[in-house]
Amino acid sequence: MKKKIIRKAVATSMACLMAASCMAGLAGCGSSETEKGSVYYLNFKPEQDKAWQELAKVYTKETGVDVKVTTAAEGKYEETLTAEMDKETAPSLFQVNGPVGLANWNDDCIDLGDSDVFKELTNESYALKDTEGTVKGIAYVIESYGIIYNKTLLQKYFDSDFSSVKKIEDLNSFDKLKTVADEIQKNAKALGVKGAFASTGMDGSSDWRFKTHLANLPIYYEYKADNITSTDAIKGTFLDNYKQIFDLYITDSTCKPTELASKTGADAETEFFKGESVFFQNGSWEYGILTENGMTDDDLGMLPIYIGAEGEENQGLCTGSENYWVVNKNSSEADQKATLDFMKWCVSSDKGTKAMADDMGFVIPFKNAKEATNVFVKADTEYTAAGKEPVSWNFTTMPSEDWKNGVGTALTQYAAGTGKWDDVVKAFVDGWKTEYAKANG
Amino acid sequence: MFRKPKRKIYSLIFVLPTFAAFIIGFIYPFFSGVYLSFCKFRTTSNAKFIGLDNYVKAFENEGFLRSFWFTALFVVVSVVLINLIAFFVAYALTLGIRGSNVFRTVFFMPNLIGGIILGFIWQQIFNGVLKHYGTNLALNSTFGFWGLIILMCWQQAGYMMIIYIAGFQSVPSDLYEAAKIDGANKKQLLKNVTIPMMMPSITICTFLTLTNSFKLFDQNLALTGGAPGVVSESGTMIYQTEMMALNIYNTFYSNANSRGVGQAEAVIFFVIVVVIALAQLAITRKREVQQ
Repeated sequence: MKKKIIRKAVATSMACLMAASCMAGLAGCGSSETEKGSVYYLNFKPEQDKAWQELAKVYTKETGVDVKVTTAAEGKYEETLTAEMDKETAPSLFQVNGPVGLANWNDDCIDLGDSDVFKELTNESYALKDTEGTVKGIAYVIESYGIIYNKTLLQKYFDSDFSSVKKIEDLNSFDKLKTVADEIQKNAKALGVKGAFASTGMDGSSDWRFKTHLANLPIYYEYKADNITSTDAIKGTFLDNYKQIFDLYITDSTCKPTELASKTGADAETEFFKGESVFFQNGSWEYGILTENGMTDDDLGMLPIYIGAEGEENQGLCTGSENYWVVNKNSSEADQKATLDFMKWCVSSDKGTKAMADDMGFVIPFKNAKEATNVFVKADTEYTAAGKEPVSWNFTTMPSEDWKNGVGTALTQYAAGTGKWDDVVKAFVDGWKTEYAKANG
Repeated sequence: MFRKPKRKIYSLIFVLPTFAAFIIGFIYPFFSGVYLSFCKFRTTSNAKFIGLDNYVKAFENEGFLRSFWFTALFVVVSVVLINLIAFFVAYALTLGIRGSNVFRTVFFMPNLIGGIILGFIWQQIFNGVLKHYGTNLALNSTFGFWGLIILMCWQQAGYMMIIYIAGFQSVPSDLYEAAKIDGANKKQLLKNVTIPMMMPSITICTFLTLTNSFKLFDQNLALTGGAPGVVSESGTMIYQTEMMALNIYNTFYSNANSRGVGQAEAVIFFVIVVVIALAQLAITRKREVQQ
């Protein structure tokens, strides 16, 4: 008899436990839906995660509106977003990387044409429109990339007797760049460096610098020549220039081309801040890491990437954005409103703009933006002021990740000597057509 | 004390949590997965039925077909090698060498390390060696293939070894005695006594290695990530060391139109694995002998 009672007791308590946990689950869902609405931001940039979390706390304290920030692991944004969008509590604020990214999520985005945050933009071109011309995305950070150079080392080269280029102003074309790089490479020992360019690493942590960012230049010049802003089939008019600059990178380098396949982004970074190389192709986002590792503003400068195209002496840095905020259409109205308010606060309030400029190191394209301390950003402003034309970010029109990977792997093989340049051309031109058809078919 | 029916009710209650977990974690995803393979979708809650279109696209996907043959080759080589190695290591360790317990532990240990970590460690090792020859795992698919084989042997052989050791120990010694009296030599003992008596172990080991190798994902992702890739005549990017599971994953996320195709590939993959595993079980079962 006693046994029976115990069994019953156990069974009842189990049942209670299960019931209780179910209730807890329900309660959890219910509580977040307050009248004020709440914000759920799925952040793309892992390096700014901490700053966003703090900014969210500040906002909650100020307004009482809940802000949840989640950051996707590096390179896994699309995967995380796909999973999150399926949930009852989907992100109310997420981001797309440009027209191609927007095409994937367009149906889930609200029209931002009337939003305050859109009106805060300094220039309408920083908004992302869908194919019908509706404003769907807002660029919240503007970045520049080019060839970062070590001013001190380059000055040492200018001052030496073997140099044929004597000042930075003269370094304004591919031919000059090649002369300088070749002479540095030849006299590497005298300058105390290992090579002119930091390693052109083709590991996954670094190959985007070439398959995406460097590949932007031939695309930019082709679009410019044809007067278009996107295409379903690239012609590859400027691929010889692409080859030219890539050859220069891998020849005048800190290591042998055969070693590049496994070189990482951190390898190149380290070579550069240790003073083992003079040039390093990368962007304004590197400023934090380089200064943390002992480089000062006086050491750092950024050159446009010259590829030998006509009129390049007037070319500026590559400046643009691949970070566009979009607001989820499926979120409740209260949440959408809370999200729009939060966005506005971030880009216009004192605390928001300060955090974005100082803690995140962003240059934001909004009227109330605080001045950034980043030297590369200043360099971009100077180039523009001097009448140079910034190169737009056309890699956001690349048809797919697979296209980039195809070009990347062909470049890797070419650098190692196991593949031919023709394969790069094939990946670039034929791959574009196939991938475009796949993504839009 | 207890009457029968009541007991049944209790057992049902106690099965319930696990059963619920099984439904939530397995049955439901499985059927919704099959359903989604007939749909065009971006998020699973917003799917549109489109019939067999995804399956057509899946069979037209060059990368998928290539990954099938690559996986098949990998499975054949790894199943043979892993089982041979495990069998002979187990054989050696049951001969009563000094320190065989230590060896058992050592051989078993790689199995406790996660696939991603293993993949990265071996990538470092291989690339460290290949660097001296001016090449890299990411440059040559042959290296990638054998790299995967070595990795899998290293990881799986220890586990299979444990199963084989148990098998060896369960062979009754009177059978050996009887065979010896009949004049059997060592080779004959192995062939006519040990192996037939070990068939249950062989069945389970081939089953495990076969399905493990077929479904391999982590190690593949971490070691080569599918590299090197080539762009085929039609302009499609083909990863040369991409196995089926990795191909499905990559297809799924390659663009907004490809989710359903990836899902269809996953269903095809499931059918292939089930058919092969059942066939293998049927064949090896037949050879098992009653003790």
